Amino acid sequence: MRYEDVADLLPGLADGTLEIEDRTRAFIESDLRCQAELARYRRLIRGLGTLRAAYLEPAPGSLAQTLNSLAVEGERRVARSILTGRRIAVAAAALGGAAIAGVATAAVMTARTRRRVLAG
Amino acid sequence: MMDETQLIAAAQSGDRLAFDELVRLTYLDVFTLAVRLTGNDEDARDVVQDAYLRAWKAIGGFRGDAQLSTWLYRITANCASTHLSRRRRHRTEPLLPGLDPTELRHEVQPEAMTESMLELQRIAAALDELPPKLRSVVVLRDVYGLAHEAIAEELGISVSAAKVRLHRARKQLRDEMFEERRSERAV
Repeated sequence: MRYEDVADLLPGLADGTLEIEDRTRAFIESDLRCQAELARYRRLIRGLGTLRAAYLEPAPGSLAQTLNSLAVEGERRVARSILTGRRIAVAAAALGGAAIAGVATAAVMTARTRRRVLAG
Repeated sequence: MMDETQLIAAAQSGDRLAFDELVRLTYLDVFTLAVRLTGNDEDARDVVQDAYLRAWKAIGGFRGDAQLSTWLYRITANCASTHLSRRRRHRTEPLLPGLDPTELRHEVQPEAMTESMLELQRIAAALDELPPKLRSVVVLRDVYGLAHEAIAEELGISVSAAKVRLHRARKQLRDEMFEERRSERAV
Protein backbone atom coordinates (compact mmCIF):
# COMPACT_ATOMS: atom_id res chain seq x y z
CA MET A 1 0.00 0.00 0.00
CA ARG A 2 1.23 3.50 -0.83
CA TYR A 3 0.39 7.02 0.39
CA GLU A 4 -1.29 7.77 -2.98
CA ASP A 5 -3.72 4.87 -2.43
CA VAL A 6 -5.12 6.38 0.76
CA ALA A 7 -4.62 10.13 0.23
CA ASP A 8 -8.28 10.66 -0.76
CA LEU A 9 -9.47 9.06 2.48
CA LEU A 10 -7.59 11.46 4.72
CA PRO A 11 -10.01 14.45 4.59
CA GLY A 12 -12.79 12.14 5.82
CA LEU A 13 -10.61 10.37 8.38
CA ALA A 14 -9.48 13.59 10.02
CA ASP A 15 -12.67 13.97 12.07
CA GLY A 16 -13.20 10.23 12.54
CA THR A 17 -16.42 10.06 10.50
CA LEU A 18 -15.08 7.75 7.77
CA GLU A 19 -15.10 3.98 8.33
CA ILE A 20 -12.14 2.14 6.79
CA GLU A 21 -10.74 -1.40 6.77
CA ASP A 22 -8.32 -2.40 9.54
CA ARG A 23 -5.56 -3.05 6.98
CA THR A 24 -5.86 0.50 5.60
CA ARG A 25 -6.05 1.97 9.09
CA ALA A 26 -2.88 0.11 10.10
CA PHE A 27 -1.04 1.50 7.07
CA ILE A 28 -2.18 5.09 7.76
CA GLU A 29 -1.16 4.84 11.40
CA SER A 30 2.31 3.66 10.47
CA ASP A 31 2.96 5.99 7.53
CA LEU A 32 4.61 9.30 8.48
CA ARG A 33 3.36 11.15 5.41
CA CYS A 34 -0.23 10.10 6.19
CA GLN A 35 0.19 11.22 9.79
CA ALA A 36 1.55 14.60 8.71
CA GLU A 37 -1.39 15.05 6.31
CA LEU A 38 -3.90 14.02 8.97
CA ALA A 39 -2.38 16.56 11.36
CA ARG A 40 -2.85 19.28 8.70
CA TYR A 41 -6.49 18.32 8.14
CA ARG A 42 -7.16 18.25 11.90
CA ARG A 43 -5.60 21.68 12.28
CA LEU A 44 -7.75 22.94 9.42
CA ILE A 45 -10.95 21.49 10.94
CA ARG A 46 -10.08 22.98 14.35
CA GLY A 47 -9.53 26.34 12.69
CA LEU A 48 -12.83 26.11 10.84
CA GLY A 49 -14.58 25.36 14.15
CA THR A 50 -13.23 28.56 15.68
CA LEU A 51 -14.66 30.59 12.78
CA ARG A 52 -18.14 30.10 14.26
CA ALA A 53 -17.39 32.60 17.00
CA ALA A 54 -15.70 35.05 14.63
CA TYR A 55 -18.79 37.14 14.00
CA LEU A 56 -19.01 39.49 11.05
CA GLU A 57 -20.64 42.86 11.63
CA PRO A 58 -23.57 43.62 9.34
CA ALA A 59 -23.93 47.07 7.78
CA PRO A 60 -25.79 49.54 10.02
CA GLY A 61 -29.53 49.31 9.48
CA SER A 62 -29.57 45.63 8.42
CA LEU A 63 -31.31 44.44 11.59
CA ALA A 64 -33.86 47.27 11.39
CA GLN A 65 -34.56 46.36 7.76
CA THR A 66 -35.20 42.72 8.70
CA LEU A 67 -37.47 43.70 11.60
CA ASN A 68 -39.34 46.06 9.28
CA SER A 69 -39.90 43.33 6.69
CA LEU A 70 -41.28 41.11 9.48
CA ALA A 71 -43.62 43.91 10.55
CA VAL A 72 -44.87 44.32 6.96
CA GLU A 73 -45.41 40.55 6.70
CA GLY A 74 -47.25 40.59 10.05
CA GLU A 75 -49.57 43.38 8.82
CA ARG A 76 -50.20 41.46 5.61
CA ARG A 77 -51.10 38.40 7.62
CA VAL A 78 -53.56 40.37 9.78
CA ALA A 79 -55.10 41.95 6.68
CA ARG A 80 -55.42 38.50 5.08
CA SER A 81 -57.13 37.06 8.15
CA ILE A 82 -59.52 40.03 8.35
CA LEU A 83 -60.36 39.60 4.66
CA THR A 84 -60.85 35.88 5.13
CA GLY A 85 -63.09 36.58 8.16
CA ARG A 86 -65.15 39.09 6.16
CA ARG A 87 -65.52 36.66 3.29
CA ILE A 88 -66.77 34.01 5.69
CA ALA A 89 -69.23 36.49 7.23
CA VAL A 90 -70.53 37.55 3.80
CA ALA A 91 -70.88 33.92 2.69
CA ALA A 92 -72.68 33.03 5.93
CA ALA A 93 -75.02 36.02 5.54
CA ALA A 94 -75.76 35.02 1.95
CA LEU A 95 -76.46 31.43 2.97
CA GLY A 96 -78.65 32.62 5.88
CA GLY A 97 -80.57 34.93 3.56
CA ALA A 98 -81.11 32.17 1.05
CA ALA A 99 -82.33 29.84 3.78
CA ILE A 100 -84.81 32.45 5.11
CA ALA A 101 -86.07 33.13 1.60
CA GLY A 102 -86.52 29.40 1.01
CA VAL A 103 -88.48 28.95 4.24
CA ALA A 104 -90.66 31.98 3.44
CA THR A 105 -91.38 30.73 -0.10
CA ALA A 106 -92.28 27.29 1.25
CA ALA A 107 -94.64 28.86 3.84
CA VAL A 108 -96.39 30.98 1.19
CA MET A 109 -96.77 27.97 -1.12
CA THR A 110 -98.17 25.84 1.72
CA ALA A 111 -100.67 28.57 2.70
CA ARG A 112 -101.83 28.96 -0.92
CA THR A 113 -102.27 25.21 -1.33
CA ARG A 114 -104.33 25.06 1.92
CA ARG A 115 -106.53 27.99 0.78
CA ARG A 116 -107.20 26.23 -2.58
CA VAL A 117 -108.09 22.97 -0.81
CA LEU A 118 -110.50 24.81 1.53
CA ALA A 119 -112.08 26.77 -1.36
CA GLY A 120 -112.50 23.58 -3.40
CA MET B 1 -37.36 39.63 30.85
CA MET B 2 -38.20 36.38 29.03
CA ASP B 3 -35.60 33.69 28.31
CA GLU B 4 -35.25 32.00 24.92
CA THR B 5 -37.74 29.19 25.68
CA GLN B 6 -40.38 31.69 26.81
CA LEU B 7 -39.75 33.88 23.78
CA ILE B 8 -40.18 30.86 21.48
CA ALA B 9 -43.46 29.91 23.20
CA ALA B 10 -44.73 33.49 22.92
CA ALA B 11 -43.71 33.71 19.25
CA GLN B 12 -45.47 30.40 18.59
CA SER B 13 -48.69 31.85 19.95
CA GLY B 14 -48.37 34.76 17.49
CA ASP B 15 -46.50 37.36 19.56
CA ARG B 16 -44.44 39.16 16.94
CA LEU B 17 -42.58 41.30 19.45
CA ALA B 18 -41.30 38.09 21.06
CA PHE B 19 -40.14 36.93 17.65
CA ASP B 20 -38.45 40.30 17.06
CA GLU B 21 -36.53 39.72 20.28
CA LEU B 22 -35.43 36.29 19.02
CA VAL B 23 -34.25 37.98 15.81
CA ARG B 24 -32.19 40.46 17.85
CA LEU B 25 -30.65 37.63 19.88
CA THR B 26 -29.66 35.53 16.86
CA TYR B 27 -29.06 38.14 14.17
CA LEU B 28 -25.27 38.34 14.34
CA ASP B 29 -24.92 34.57 14.26
CA VAL B 30 -27.33 34.11 11.34
CA PHE B 31 -25.83 37.03 9.41
CA THR B 32 -22.31 35.62 9.86
CA LEU B 33 -23.45 32.22 8.55
CA ALA B 34 -25.14 33.89 5.57
CA VAL B 35 -21.93 35.78 4.69
CA ARG B 36 -19.89 32.58 4.98
CA LEU B 37 -22.35 30.81 2.66
CA THR B 38 -22.83 33.52 0.04
CA GLY B 39 -19.39 35.13 0.18
CA ASN B 40 -20.65 38.72 0.38
CA ASP B 41 -22.63 41.04 2.65
CA GLU B 42 -25.21 42.12 0.12
CA ASP B 43 -26.45 38.61 -0.72
CA ALA B 44 -26.20 37.75 2.97
CA ARG B 45 -28.63 40.55 3.90
CA ASP B 46 -31.23 39.21 1.43
CA VAL B 47 -30.71 35.65 2.64
CA VAL B 48 -31.09 36.68 6.30
CA GLN B 49 -34.29 38.57 5.55
CA ASP B 50 -35.77 35.57 3.70
CA ALA B 51 -34.65 33.23 6.46
CA TYR B 52 -36.34 35.19 9.24
CA LEU B 53 -39.54 35.58 7.22
CA ARG B 54 -39.62 31.83 6.72
CA ALA B 55 -38.78 31.23 10.35
CA TRP B 56 -41.66 33.50 11.43
CA LYS B 57 -44.08 31.59 9.20
CA ALA B 58 -42.78 28.23 10.44
CA ILE B 59 -42.17 28.99 14.14
CA GLY B 60 -45.41 27.21 15.06
CA GLY B 61 -43.87 23.98 13.79
CA PHE B 62 -40.62 24.34 15.78
CA ARG B 63 -40.77 21.46 18.25
CA GLY B 64 -37.69 22.25 20.29
CA ASP B 65 -36.02 18.87 19.69
CA ALA B 66 -33.15 20.82 18.09
CA GLN B 67 -31.70 24.10 19.34
CA LEU B 68 -33.24 27.26 17.91
CA SER B 69 -29.84 28.22 16.45
CA THR B 70 -29.55 24.87 14.61
CA TRP B 71 -33.09 25.27 13.28
CA LEU B 72 -32.23 28.79 12.05
CA TYR B 73 -28.96 27.57 10.49
CA ARG B 74 -30.92 25.01 8.47
CA ILE B 75 -33.41 27.61 7.24
CA THR B 76 -30.55 30.00 6.40
CA ALA B 77 -28.70 27.26 4.50
CA ASN B 78 -31.82 26.49 2.51
CA CYS B 79 -32.44 30.18 1.71
CA ALA B 80 -28.78 30.68 0.72
CA SER B 81 -28.90 27.65 -1.56
CA THR B 82 -32.05 28.97 -3.28
CA HIS B 83 -30.58 32.48 -3.49
CA LEU B 84 -27.29 31.28 -4.99
CA SER B 85 -28.93 29.05 -7.59
CA ARG B 86 -31.28 31.91 -8.56
CA ARG B 87 -28.23 34.16 -8.78
CA ARG B 88 -26.42 31.71 -11.05
CA ARG B 89 -29.40 31.82 -13.41
CA HIS B 90 -29.47 35.65 -13.49
CA ARG B 91 -25.78 36.39 -13.12
CA THR B 92 -25.00 40.11 -12.91
CA GLU B 93 -21.80 42.14 -12.89
CA PRO B 94 -20.29 43.00 -9.51
CA LEU B 95 -21.25 46.42 -8.17
CA LEU B 96 -17.67 47.64 -8.12
CA PRO B 97 -15.74 46.03 -10.97
CA GLY B 98 -12.29 44.88 -9.96
CA LEU B 99 -12.99 45.06 -6.25
CA ASP B 100 -13.50 41.78 -4.43
CA PRO B 101 -16.19 42.37 -1.79
CA THR B 102 -14.44 39.94 0.56
CA GLU B 103 -11.44 42.29 0.63
CA LEU B 104 -13.60 44.83 2.40
CA ARG B 105 -13.82 42.52 5.39
CA HIS B 106 -10.07 41.91 5.66
CA GLU B 107 -8.77 45.39 6.20
CA VAL B 108 -6.88 44.86 9.45
CA GLN B 109 -3.11 45.07 9.15
CA PRO B 110 -1.53 41.58 9.38
CA GLU B 111 1.36 42.71 11.62
CA ALA B 112 -1.10 43.85 14.29
CA MET B 113 -2.57 40.37 14.62
CA THR B 114 -1.68 37.37 16.69
CA GLU B 115 -0.75 34.11 14.96
CA SER B 116 -4.15 32.54 15.66
CA MET B 117 -6.05 35.58 14.34
CA LEU B 118 -3.91 35.49 11.25
CA GLU B 119 -4.65 31.81 10.74
CA LEU B 120 -8.37 32.51 11.19
CA GLN B 121 -8.17 35.14 8.48
CA ARG B 122 -6.30 32.77 6.19
CA ILE B 123 -9.00 30.15 6.66
CA ALA B 124 -11.76 32.73 6.04
CA ALA B 125 -9.96 33.93 2.90
CA ALA B 126 -9.46 30.34 1.69
CA LEU B 127 -13.16 29.66 2.27
CA ASP B 128 -14.04 32.65 0.11
CA GLU B 129 -12.03 31.09 -2.71
CA LEU B 130 -14.07 27.88 -2.71
CA PRO B 131 -16.87 27.37 -5.24
CA PRO B 132 -20.23 28.03 -3.50
CA LYS B 133 -21.30 24.36 -3.65
CA LEU B 134 -18.22 23.20 -1.77
CA ARG B 135 -18.18 26.19 0.56
CA SER B 136 -21.78 25.61 1.72
CA VAL B 137 -21.08 22.05 2.80
CA VAL B 138 -17.81 22.73 4.61
CA VAL B 139 -19.24 25.79 6.38
CA LEU B 140 -22.34 23.92 7.56
CA ARG B 141 -20.37 20.86 8.67
CA ASP B 142 -17.03 22.10 9.98
CA VAL B 143 -17.96 25.59 11.14
CA TYR B 144 -21.55 25.08 12.34
CA GLY B 145 -21.51 21.35 13.11
CA LEU B 146 -24.65 20.32 11.20
CA ALA B 147 -25.16 16.60 10.53
CA HIS B 148 -24.55 15.29 6.99
CA GLU B 149 -28.26 14.36 6.74
CA ALA B 150 -29.41 17.88 7.67
CA ILE B 151 -26.97 19.45 5.20
CA ALA B 152 -28.12 17.12 2.41
CA GLU B 153 -31.77 17.90 3.12
CA GLU B 154 -31.37 21.69 3.15
CA LEU B 155 -29.15 21.80 0.05
CA GLY B 156 -31.35 19.33 -1.84
CA ILE B 157 -28.58 16.77 -2.43
CA SER B 158 -27.93 13.18 -1.31
CA VAL B 159 -25.99 12.40 1.86
CA SER B 160 -23.21 10.79 -0.17
CA ALA B 161 -22.97 13.88 -2.40
CA ALA B 162 -22.71 16.02 0.74
CA LYS B 163 -19.83 13.85 1.99
CA VAL B 164 -18.03 13.94 -1.34
CA ARG B 165 -18.34 17.73 -1.47
CA LEU B 166 -17.07 18.00 2.11
CA HIS B 167 -13.95 15.95 1.32
CA ARG B 168 -13.27 17.97 -1.83
CA ALA B 169 -13.71 21.21 0.06
CA ARG B 170 -11.35 20.14 2.84
CA LYS B 171 -8.77 19.03 0.30
CA GLN B 172 -8.98 22.33 -1.56
CA LEU B 173 -8.73 24.29 1.70
CA ARG B 174 -5.78 22.20 2.82
CA ASP B 175 -4.02 22.90 -0.49
CA GLU B 176 -4.79 26.59 -0.24
CA MET B 177 -3.64 26.88 3.37
CA PHE B 178 -0.56 24.71 3.54
CA GLU B 179 0.83 24.77 0.01
CA GLU B 180 0.67 28.56 0.09
CA ARG B 181 2.59 28.61 3.36
CA ARG B 182 5.21 26.24 1.96
CA SER B 183 5.74 28.49 -1.07
CA GLU B 184 5.94 31.54 1.24
CA ARG B 185 8.77 29.87 3.16
CA ALA B 186 10.58 28.97 -0.05
CA VAL B 187 10.77 32.65 -1.08
